[in-house]
Amino acid sequence: MLTIQSLSKRYNTGDKALTQVNIQIPKGQVVALIGPSGAGKSTLIRCVNRLVEPTEGQVFLGDTQITKLNTRQLRSARRRMGMIFQDYALIDRLSVMENVLSGYLGYTGFWRSFLRRYPQDVIVEAFRLLERVGLESFIDKRADELSGGQRQRVGIARALLQNPQILLVDEPTASLDPKTSRQIMRLIRELCAERQLSAIINIHDVHLAQQFADRIIGLRAGEVVFDGQPDALDTEMLTLIYGEEDWNPQIDADEEENAKHKAPDQMYMDSKAALV
Amino acid sequence: MPVRYLDNSTSLANAQWSAKTRKQQWLSWLAWLLGVSLFILCWKMISDNTLWVFVEDAPKQGADLISRMIPPQWSYTPNLWQPLWDTLNIATFGTVLGIIMAFPCAFLAARNTTPHPLIRSAALMIIVSSRSINSLIWAMLLVTILGPGLLAGILAIALRSIGFVGKLLYEAIEEIHPTPVEAITATGASRLQVMAYAVLPQVMPAFAGISIYRWDINIRESTVLGLVGAGGIGLQLNAAINTLAWDKVSMIFILIFATVLVSEWISAKVRKAFL
Amino acid sequence: MKPVFTRTDLARQGQWRPLPLIRDVRYRYLLILAVLVYFCLAFLSIDVNWARVAEGMSRAARFLAAFLQPDFTTRSQDIINGLLESLTMTFTSTVIGVLLAIPVGVGAARNIAPLPVYLFCRSIIAISRTFQEVIIAILFVVMFGFGPLAGMITLAFATVGFMAKLLAEDIEDIDERQVEAIRSTGARWLQLMNYAVQPQVMPRLIGLSVYRLDINFRESAVIGIVGAGGIGATLNTSLSRYEYGTAAAILIIIIAIVMLTEYCSGYIRRWVQ
Repeated sequence: MLTIQSLSKRYNTGDKALTQVNIQIPKGQVVALIGPSGAGKSTLIRCVNRLVEPTEGQVFLGDTQITKLNTRQLRSARRRMGMIFQDYALIDRLSVMENVLSGYLGYTGFWRSFLRRYPQDVIVEAFRLLERVGLESFIDKRADELSGGQRQRVGIARALLQNPQILLVDEPTASLDPKTSRQIMRLIRELCAERQLSAIINIHDVHLAQQFADRIIGLRAGEVVFDGQPDALDTEMLTLIYGEEDWNPQIDADEEENAKHKAPDQMYMDSKAALV
Repeated sequence: MPVRYLDNSTSLANAQWSAKTRKQQWLSWLAWLLGVSLFILCWKMISDNTLWVFVEDAPKQGADLISRMIPPQWSYTPNLWQPLWDTLNIATFGTVLGIIMAFPCAFLAARNTTPHPLIRSAALMIIVSSRSINSLIWAMLLVTILGPGLLAGILAIALRSIGFVGKLLYEAIEEIHPTPVEAITATGASRLQVMAYAVLPQVMPAFAGISIYRWDINIRESTVLGLVGAGGIGLQLNAAINTLAWDKVSMIFILIFATVLVSEWISAKVRKAFL
Repeated sequence: MKPVFTRTDLARQGQWRPLPLIRDVRYRYLLILAVLVYFCLAFLSIDVNWARVAEGMSRAARFLAAFLQPDFTTRSQDIINGLLESLTMTFTSTVIGVLLAIPVGVGAARNIAPLPVYLFCRSIIAISRTFQEVIIAILFVVMFGFGPLAGMITLAFATVGFMAKLLAEDIEDIDERQVEAIRSTGARWLQLMNYAVQPQVMPRLIGLSVYRLDINFRESAVIGIVGAGGIGATLNTSLSRYEYGTAAAILIIIIAIVMLTEYCSGYIRRWVQ
């Protein structure tokens, strides 16, 4: 589905962000990309849809070599890649519906989009997506009137309206509280399953990554240092990715903390138990 | 906030305490000395070019002027409605025209939306030229070219407004959040669509506010355009001054004062509604 | 009865339009109509002598040509004199204006000035801001005679209005707690100003003064038209003699100087803050 071949990125400042990255993602696989801040996670995701131009290497989406496309071709290739952002990246002053419909921009001409004349079936689809993420009663609300979790749902609906084959997700939960984070991750996971979408998810939280991804890739200083199943990610690997740290007591302390405050992690487990 | 400020000020004061060496003290004295002597030099130039006899006469002249201005000639008012209407039209049409021209200029001049650095310099050049030249000078040029009349006034106001609106707008464009732009680009939108969806909604309130503010300023400026023949109430003012009819002049002043106050009030109201 | 669809229902069926800016239909159409009527009426009342405009086109062409070949030399002495006069007027008027603006601005701040002082200072500000510099220049020229003195006083007067208003707003916005803290030490009024108010408004005051210097230069080019000295007088003369080359040269000099002062003032303001 998505093939990244010996991708490197060097910024004009001389900082090397990525070195010889090789990744292959089959259809329907959800990949979590973990690594310390500045490891090049965001750069990697942006190199895929060329919001950041890679210095060398190739990216293939299906048979299309994205790194070779001209501006016009790149536009239509971008339609096949939905992107979800850390700080939602909604247009604050537009309504929820307009924000979702902006996912259709790649398919439509300037004047139609400027006058908000979208085809009927697109509006039906946009509404269906809003219903799916639970925001059907918010269509006329301005985006800045929503809570963080709701905004991220709008962001997800916008990405899905593109009818993408792959989702590029950049720190979807970094600005959210732990409970909402889990809800959002579960939603992304479910939607990927429903639509057979692949996804690359940048994420800071190793627990979340282990819980929701099929596969984890660890990035350190622009290089892939771990690539495997979530349960293969042990303390040794974490040390490899993030550097020396006493991982076990850390996790224990976390759990104690959780038990004390009945943290959302725990609540999630509780509610899951209740459901069962 | 106050705590931080206090911290800052104390640390700043401390820093100055230790940092202000003798050399710096000398430099600051030297700067003051230079400033003061420059002021004295300038003052001398002005005073050399002044006939002090006239200045000694000034209080008497002033008193005389005021006594001739009071009472204002109220009966002159009916003749002023038409020029006042013209003045308003000059301001409004001039603002609208100016905005229409300033809008693309601002997008070409903003670092994050310009298609090319060369085009950016050209747009900046237009904005700076327009800003540097007062609307009265624009009017003077246009009157010599197009002949006296409202058209020259409207164009003068429009040409001056480009720079004002253009500068404030392009600064607003440069200050937008970049992430929505990234997001809209990622959907496969074209450049124009990115402008319309990610940039425009973010700068719209600023744009509306700036335009109304400029309209308010333009009302004030269009009251004097008539002095150089570009129409409006300034024509009457000029005529009244030339015939030394100071009671008419004061009547015109009262009208201008009222108009400007009203326009300022409207502009403040509308701007508040937008934000 | 016609079924009432909510916007949600309509959107479900693919019928969706963005919400209009003004929700009330009647109000919206009334507003549009009012704007249209105004523009029609206003447009009809502008009568343009198109023959004269057409005639002016050749002059416009000559003027544009003059911009490509500005004539700095023929009247260089006039230009230099006018420019020097403008610059001296600008500098002295800014210094005097700012010095005078400080007491007026303090008096116009509601939180520290008693009511009669407040009203007096506010009315000075209102008068100075309402009237164009040119109008004030006319009056001062009548009073003080032709020449740069009248121009300088005009600019100083305008500077007072501008600076005092912004200064007063700044003072009204200062942190009350600091004022109270100093007041509680039993400080006198002047000490209060010095310790609690001045440090809070000083950096912006300097920034604004530099900005006003820039404005005063631009204005000094205008008030010459009514006889208050400066480069404006030179420009006016050259235009009335149809010496487009000289006029273009003057305009280019004005633009260059404004660009220069703007660059410097931006630099100074950054340095102060």
